[in-house]
Amino acid sequence: MILKAEKISKEFIREMKNTNRFFAVQETDFILESGSLTVLMGRSGSGKSTLLNMFAGLMLPTSGKILLDNTDMYSLPDKELSEFRNRHIGVIPQGQTALHSLNVLENVCLPYTLGGEDAHEADALALLETLEIAPLQAAMPAELSGGELRRMAIARAFLRKPEIILADEPTSDLDDETTKIVFSFLKHAAQNGSAVFVVTHENDAVQYADRVFRMNAGILEEQ
Amino acid sequence: MKFSKSLPFRNLAGKPVRTTVLILLTALLSLTVFGGTLMIISLKTGLHSLESRLGADIMVVPYEATTKANLENIVLQGATGYFYMDNARYEKIADCDGIGQISAQFFLASASSSCCSVAVQIIGFDPETDFTITPWIQKSYGQELQKFDVVVGNDLNAFVGDTITFYGIDCHVAAKLDKTGTAFDTAVFTNQETIKALIQSSLDLKMNTFQNIDPEKVVSCVMINAAEGYTVEEIVNDINIHVKKVKAIQTKEMISGISDSLAGISDIISILILVVWVLGVVILLLAFTMSVNERKKEFAVLRVIGASRNRLAGIVMQEALLTCLSGSIIGTALGLVIIMPFHQMIEEQLNLPFLLPASGKIIGFVIAAVLVSVLSGCISAAASAFRISRIDTALILRGDN
Repeated sequence: MILKAEKISKEFIREMKNTNRFFAVQETDFILESGSLTVLMGRSGSGKSTLLNMFAGLMLPTSGKILLDNTDMYSLPDKELSEFRNRHIGVIPQGQTALHSLNVLENVCLPYTLGGEDAHEADALALLETLEIAPLQAAMPAELSGGELRRMAIARAFLRKPEIILADEPTSDLDDETTKIVFSFLKHAAQNGSAVFVVTHENDAVQYADRVFRMNAGILEEQ
Repeated sequence: MKFSKSLPFRNLAGKPVRTTVLILLTALLSLTVFGGTLMIISLKTGLHSLESRLGADIMVVPYEATTKANLENIVLQGATGYFYMDNARYEKIADCDGIGQISAQFFLASASSSCCSVAVQIIGFDPETDFTITPWIQKSYGQELQKFDVVVGNDLNAFVGDTITFYGIDCHVAAKLDKTGTAFDTAVFTNQETIKALIQSSLDLKMNTFQNIDPEKVVSCVMINAAEGYTVEEIVNDINIHVKKVKAIQTKEMISGISDSLAGISDIISILILVVWVLGVVILLLAFTMSVNERKKEFAVLRVIGASRNRLAGIVMQEALLTCLSGSIIGTALGLVIIMPFHQMIEEQLNLPFLLPASGKIIGFVIAAVLVSVLSGCISAAASAFRISRIDTALILRGDN
């Protein structure tokens, strides 16, 4: 599956400031290909997460199109786009994203159980094993550290073996050792055919990347 | 997927205190709606029952009865008492213009001494002319009452086939009437042949306050229905002017006091229902808003995982439905537990006719109360559901950092 962005931009309106309009993402083209790991780096507020959210179908671009195998993502009705995201795009959002009424395993199984499907617990447990948090499967999110919660979110994003992985600062709460595990994991997914897009501040991420981009004041540049 | 594993259920189970408070709030709402409505309906049914049991436009009693005995207490509140007037006055009343139906009744109060099984009001009627008592006795007992047959009110501790004694005379309980919610539930009814024998026996035993009466020549009151073309007021005035030593009373006037009290209580209960309903809806609205607001991030995560906007709204609505359904079932059950067993006590405390509607109607009220409460809860949650379905996922996720 190819994710293609054509002349996309994102403009925001700041209601409280004098310069009330600014472009978080300047007009740009971009292709995210299967079987590759793309790393996007840049300073905070440079527009990295905005770009990722547009790719995830969570933020309508101000201009341009995002095509998934030639289908304009934002032309799909919300229900279809949501179903598409559920089945084909694994998103690892910023910060802690656990549902506090569910335990770790249930959180990981959400991509299936949300639509009433079988939980695929065996697959979820295998992912937890790989990310070294399997013993915590029955724990509640409140009992987990920030790093453990992050790994749980990574496992959740991978459960449906999505063709596209969009990760926003996936290693921000992790120690060096676990950061390596996560990047190896993302690299492995790319090698298995997924299109992996990682927004990160980690310089070490470069060594895992097939392509590296830098974002500066909304302008995307390949390194 | 098992219901217990569904997301709305888990969300509710994960916040037991918040969920319990919401359930209790809905329970209070449905208890008020159901309990209040059942109270109002029971009071209205009681009044309607009293109106139909009186069954006549006009009641004529000896003039002294309106002062000596408290007529309303006897007729409406179930107090015992009796009074008599000459048959001649009955004849004069019957001669007045505008009389459509007319029938005499005979009162006697049994004593609490050994001569009588129970101290109750005994009401005798003339089966040939009666139009007030016979129709509802017919519902419980389709045959003609024989001498010393009696029909007992629903609240009396006597059953068909029992023998009860009044002034030394054994009477056979031929039937037990349905509940009326009025003073008639504690009375005993019989034909004029039997009551005249009972009056004579009370005289013989010197237990009747009227010592110089001939049971064959007296009546206690005269029940009248107006003929077509005549107003009740006209007939009442005619009787009061032309027949001496009697007092004609419109039965409507007799129950107007009760009717006024009932209207007052109904108004208070209606206002209470409205206030609790409005407060309940407002509090539920705030509670659902707070509950959804504090979980905005979780809803944003669900959206990231692939929940559509409608699915997010559906989760909020399902949570509201589960909460309100549980609460309203608890509330209505509580209403039933309070009102059904204690309706007699409520009746005594209110001192008003109080008759629970038929079970079919009560089931209808239960369903209606549950629906109203669930609907109120869902309306309260609808705004939150709509707002959460419109969330800016990216903005919320970014706001966390």
